Amino acid sequence: MKYMLLFVGTRESQDQWDTMTPEQLHAAMGGAETWFEKYTQAGKITGGLQLQGYKTVTTAQDSNGKRIVTDGPFIESKEVIGGFAIVDVKDLEEAQEMAKSWPGGPVEVWPAVER
Amino acid sequence: MVRVLGNFDIAEEVVQDSLVAALEKWPAQGIPDNPGAWLMTTARRRAIDALRRDRRYAEKVALLERSTLPGETREADDRLRLIFTCCHPALAPEAQVALTLRAVAGFTTEEIAAAFLVSEPTMAQRIVRAKRKIVAANIPYRVPAAAELPARLDAVLAVLYLMFNEGYLSRGSAAASRRDLAEDAVWLGALMVRLMPDQPEALGLLALMRLHLARAAARFDGAGEMVLLADQDRSLWDHEAIADALRTLNRAAAMSSPGPYQLQAAIAAVHSEAASWEATDWRQIVGLYDLLLDLNDTPVIRLNRAVAVAHLNGPQVALGEVNDLAIALSGYHLFWATRAELLDDIGETALAREAWQRALELCANPAERALLRRKLSG
Repeated sequence: MKYMLLFVGTRESQDQWDTMTPEQLHAAMGGAETWFEKYTQAGKITGGLQLQGYKTVTTAQDSNGKRIVTDGPFIESKEVIGGFAIVDVKDLEEAQEMAKSWPGGPVEVWPAVER
Repeated sequence: MVRVLGNFDIAEEVVQDSLVAALEKWPAQGIPDNPGAWLMTTARRRAIDALRRDRRYAEKVALLERSTLPGETREADDRLRLIFTCCHPALAPEAQVALTLRAVAGFTTEEIAAAFLVSEPTMAQRIVRAKRKIVAANIPYRVPAAAELPARLDAVLAVLYLMFNEGYLSRGSAAASRRDLAEDAVWLGALMVRLMPDQPEALGLLALMRLHLARAAARFDGAGEMVLLADQDRSLWDHEAIADALRTLNRAAAMSSPGPYQLQAAIAAVHSEAASWEATDWRQIVGLYDLLLDLNDTPVIRLNRAVAVAHLNGPQVALGEVNDLAIALSGYHLFWATRAELLDDIGETALAREAWQRALELCANPAERALLRRKLSG
């Protein structure tokens, strides 16, 4: 069954990335890269992306009957999405195991609609 | 099931009767290997339902519990898997309790709604949502692996303890004590012990619940007023049940792996063994609370320890410890009641009165409120 693992971060943590040197960034992201490699090789990850910071986001939405594009994420919150992985595993517990072993912040586990 | 029928409403209608039925029919990995055992489980649940109304229900359930039927092992495995699925941490705690009562203890939705003082549609919706999540998120139907077991067993025991407390001292209900729910929690606790005999905390919880239930007859006087442990007629306690619970606790203790339920049971055991409130071994109780705090340092445990300290070291020392909890527990009626009692003990009657008043304002349970009113007027 497929799940989306949503990697949640904060605006503050993303702001810190901007001040890091490439070496520091690499060190900070190393754990995540190892995690992706491990589960991709095991055939559990079928897709996913690391996303650029929230400052790069735009949102298309309806406003007064018109479709407009605005700067920033639609959801105004302290939390932001740092990336996601599409995983194909046996059941919820296997997906939770992967989420628990993620070396970063909180991970939301979203079951996908099966067709 | 959803995948087969393509529509959850139809699927839900089919499985409405019980989660057991849903588990039976799931097309994926959820199919039990032995469907016959399920039918037997259901039949036995019906028998237990009928027995519940019987006067000698407890004895008969105990008999039923001990009986071995053909396919018993397989049935036990299925039942255990069912309990762990119902108490899965991916479900909200109140949904865990409701599902366990529905699918494992065989309650009707109406009975569960009555027990938790919500309307039947609300409870039905809570159960349906939980079942839907089990199917939609593919929560597995199995006993967790050894590495996961301690945490998952804790979740199951927490559900049973919540159920027990809801029955033993139902907050805000007109009937102060709902014995049925408490007895069902004990029954499920006994079932867990039978299915997992090597888990000391499961034994500890069973002993704890049985020790509390053994005092039930002394908890209310002839007029239906609540009687505190200090004032209870100890001859009304069920001493046979106490001895039985102590044997269970000893079995747990022999495994040399203390935990919060075993320690709480040990504290209840010290009270049960005392001939009177005055003869209570307070030193041992304070020591047990210290061990409990090592495992789980919470303001409520500190408050309970302070009560024992009052008897061991005097009310002045205890009052100091209680006052330290003022910020954490200012919304808890028993904090104010404890403080009031200690203030009365040292002769600060005006301050004590204020504290009794606060306790009364914060308390929702009718029996406890009546007790607090008596304290205020006396």
